[in-house]
Amino acid sequence: MLAFIIRRLISTVLVMGLVGVFIFLLLHLSPGDPAAIIAGDNATPAQIAAIRNSLGLDDPLHLQFARWAVRVLNGDLGISIFSNVPVATLIGQRLWPTVSLAFTTIVLAVTLALAAGVLAAWKAGSLIDRLVMILSVVGFSLPVFVVGYLLIYVFAISLRWLPVQGYSPMSDGFWAWASHLILPSLALGLAYVALIARITRTAMLDVLAEDYMRTARAKGVATGPMLLKHALKNAGVPIVTVIGIGVALLIGGVVITETVFNLPGIGRLVVDAISKRDYPIIQGVILLFSGVYVIINLMVDLSYTLLDPRIRY
Amino acid sequence: MTAITARIASQPVRSGLWHFVRRNPTLVGGAVVLLLVVLAALAAPLIAGDPIAARPVNRLKPPSAANWLGTDQLGRDVWARTIYGARVSLMVGLSVAAIAMAIGLVIGLCAGFSRMVETVVMRLLDGLMAIPAILLAIAFVSLSKASVGVVIAAIVLPEIPRVVRLVRAVVLSVREQPFVEAAVASGTRVPKILRRHILPATLPPLIVQATYVCASAILIEAALSFLGAGTPPEIPTWGNMIASSRVYLGLAPWTIFGPGLALALVVLAVNLVGDGLRDRLDPRLARRM
Repeated sequence: MLAFIIRRLISTVLVMGLVGVFIFLLLHLSPGDPAAIIAGDNATPAQIAAIRNSLGLDDPLHLQFARWAVRVLNGDLGISIFSNVPVATLIGQRLWPTVSLAFTTIVLAVTLALAAGVLAAWKAGSLIDRLVMILSVVGFSLPVFVVGYLLIYVFAISLRWLPVQGYSPMSDGFWAWASHLILPSLALGLAYVALIARITRTAMLDVLAEDYMRTARAKGVATGPMLLKHALKNAGVPIVTVIGIGVALLIGGVVITETVFNLPGIGRLVVDAISKRDYPIIQGVILLFSGVYVIINLMVDLSYTLLDPRIRY
Repeated sequence: MTAITARIASQPVRSGLWHFVRRNPTLVGGAVVLLLVVLAALAAPLIAGDPIAARPVNRLKPPSAANWLGTDQLGRDVWARTIYGARVSLMVGLSVAAIAMAIGLVIGLCAGFSRMVETVVMRLLDGLMAIPAILLAIAFVSLSKASVGVVIAAIVLPEIPRVVRLVRAVVLSVREQPFVEAAVASGTRVPKILRRHILPATLPPLIVQATYVCASAILIEAALSFLGAGTPPEIPTWGNMIASSRVYLGLAPWTIFGPGLALALVVLAVNLVGDGLRDRLDPRLARRM
């Protein structure tokens, strides 16, 4: 077990190292001059020369990479071209809306998806089952921004039940915070729900066909505990795997959702950086989001033994 | 007697087609929708007016006989722009699928047949897969001048690892088959084994994967355009249309939901074709899903 954890940690570090190499090479092998890109569109030749000098862009590539990697490991993600503020500071300022959105989306989506998947498997072949399956195909095909605008149009503009856009920190009241996050979480979570519900249904169907499920039913275990404790827990491994893989879907969607709902989070930071061609910000956020993805999948791998004690490494 | 033979003889053709439709509702449904969209995109000049002409007097008009999907904030016809937008979406989807399949197939075949290539390539792809596709594409586009070609390249890059993994998995399983062993034993050279024995086995799952890559490419292109990191704004694409009209959502919802519905419909159709093909070509996978 310990050997597995160590092996898994080493491969995680390796993957993050490769992510760093890719992001570094993307900038340095792109057709433009990296110094000119980092300096921004309005820089004078003297400024570009200064940046070229301070980054040591005339040194061999591997030396540059080593220096850059050391800076990144010390939490220095570079300085924003447009606002001249360190990228790490900018990300820190934008952290809470994104964390709130991610948290509510994952809670909402996983709850909905597990309920739908369990129900569909339990009533396999019924109307509910077919409805869940159709929704899971359709939900996977609907673009986040189209769903987002549809939700805004129906629930915020027409019915006036919820605010149209924006973010309200939790310090201004729980309901204000939650009401601003309901629609974004639904829009962002739809594809995630579709993915998890589908796998939950499949995994549950496999488990429900097992002999011990028939035994449980024969013993007279009540339906609720039977579905949740006997079946769902044993169907956990593939479900948790998909929850981890699906985080990639969420990360891409966060960027779009924050734009649609005008949430001042990290996703908006990137989108604003696109039009200003502020590459250090884009680079910093990619590193951060890739890191989150890698760490979540590490946790998923480690959780297998908790879910299924038969798995030993 | 002759009446019966005549009936039997006439039956297969009609019932054959009908039987196929009944057995493959998703495949046929998706293919029909997709075919209609492709025809509409090809015949755009015939069935839609000018997608660029702005008539400010006519701005934000609701759907009518003259403008089937209404007009946008510059008085441009939303129907015409939606039809022309299909051209970009379909071109990006098909190009990305074709290029990603070609590159992924070559890398996957090499990785499946050489232990050394495999270790290096699979590690590199693990790194590439850890970067969220949209962010990788944003970084790629922001370092280059915006054009449809750059957008295609930016979407191909994150799609490659998925294709390589699939091809490699197939190669690894086929490589142990007796007929490959026999070919190796009789002295067939590796390139010929790959071409004659391995390649045919990879094609069915690869075609299924191509449809999913196509759907995902159409979605990512629309998202990139929507975020301002995609196709240049002067070209009408579904993402660009939604981005430029989004502040008029309350006043003129047709400017958003016209292209939005088209996008959802096309992606759904491509996914349905993929599901249908998977059920036909790869029964093992179909049962698992």
